[in-house]
Amino acid sequence: MRRALPIIICFGFGFFMLIQFFVPHPSFVSSYESVLDWMQIIYVFTLLVGVANYVKINTKKISQTQSGWGYNLVALAGLFVMVVLGFWKGTRENTPFLWLFNNLQIPMQSTMFSLLAFFVASAAYRGFRARTKEATILLITAALVMLGRVPIGNMIHSAIPDSANWILNVPSMAARRGILIGIGLGTISTSLRIILGIERTYLGKE
Amino acid sequence: MIIITSLIQILFFSPLLFASENERWFNPELSNVLIGVIISFAFVLFFIFKGKKGKELYIRPISGLEAIDDAIGRATEMGKPILYSSGLGKMERVATMASMNILGSVAEKVADYNTQLIFPNYDPVVMAVAQEVVKEGYTKAGHPEAFNPDNIYFVTQSQFGYVAYVDGLIVRQRPATNLFLGTFEAESLILAETGNSIGAIQIAGTDSTIQLSFFIVACDYTLIGEELFAASGYLTKDPMVLGSIKAQDWLKIVIIVLMILGGVFTSLNLDFFANLFSIG
Repeated sequence: MRRALPIIICFGFGFFMLIQFFVPHPSFVSSYESVLDWMQIIYVFTLLVGVANYVKINTKKISQTQSGWGYNLVALAGLFVMVVLGFWKGTRENTPFLWLFNNLQIPMQSTMFSLLAFFVASAAYRGFRARTKEATILLITAALVMLGRVPIGNMIHSAIPDSANWILNVPSMAARRGILIGIGLGTISTSLRIILGIERTYLGKE
Repeated sequence: MIIITSLIQILFFSPLLFASENERWFNPELSNVLIGVIISFAFVLFFIFKGKKGKELYIRPISGLEAIDDAIGRATEMGKPILYSSGLGKMERVATMASMNILGSVAEKVADYNTQLIFPNYDPVVMAVAQEVVKEGYTKAGHPEAFNPDNIYFVTQSQFGYVAYVDGLIVRQRPATNLFLGTFEAESLILAETGNSIGAIQIAGTDSTIQLSFFIVACDYTLIGEELFAASGYLTKDPMVLGSIKAQDWLKIVIIVLMILGGVFTSLNLDFFANLFSIG
């Protein structure tokens, strides 16, 4: 029963979500919206599970003074400071909570995102090294596309932007669509296996 | 309880059976989609049934999955942990489901080799599911006592906060193997390049065509598109799962034939065939 009930629920909801796509009847639309609302409500409760786990793991590492426990201390302090400030002074304009969010959280996130530029450069350098025939083709194609996307490409020759667009719209698009068709079929197959209870790994213990 | 309440609401309190005649129960503009879904389901169900009957089905070798054993073996030899990440996907994403299926097989092998598996999570539901899946893997391998739930934990719901944590973990603990399987967005290259910089063997797979290109450049093996969804059947050799994968191949043949016919008819200025596939 421990295993059967989740499979029955999964089948019921999976089948309902499938047929509601084809049924425009108001009763189905409202039921679909109810299910989405319930998902949001359930999700809020799952966040509590996440926070409890976060506190447990960090506290354990600090109490056992495991390697790097200082990072865990900062992480826990960050959590509690934001919660306390949020409840104490609120989260609107001119509050310490929002000041910390705007001046610590956002700059740190932007910094991480900015690293992407450097990683793109290092990955491109490695990918474009013309060691093999395929890598040479990749290098020439990439150079052509990059030139075609900037004004200097058109200044060198008017055919460069046209060639770049052709590469993006024909061979590149064809390859992407091939992968997308495979992903679509894989999604259908996996979904059906889950709805029918054939794929049960996500349920855990037998 | 919430789910049961919702089910009761859908089944009994919706005016499902008492609708007036002018309210449509089917959108005719989606007829072609429905036919496509029925055909796809028929293929999948037929091959699942075939698999269930024990008919042997061939699946081509997938190098990324073949390499998982070697990657785990390498981590064991080096005495270093294995890092697993399913990215930013929540449990309702099929790519996350596929990732959990692979995790089950990985956990079994990790338990056999007695290697540490670390799985920092972006989503608390995925964390709870992953704990159960890994626990089951350790139990199947006959080492339930070796399972440590503290190695599968929640980090944050901030995309770049998660990246910062995982990058820090990679640099400090220097795992021998990184498995990035699931839903990834802009963080894919940051994670994969950091892993590459420490010389870890990296196996990645996602359902995003944009992120796949980043993984291909920065990882040793990449599961491209459908390979991610085929992984569970490939690793477990479950005949029913293998059957559903076989159905995908046949559906691909159907799609190729339809594309050729579409090309021929459109070249002859006969638009009726292309119109069969338009929606709305």
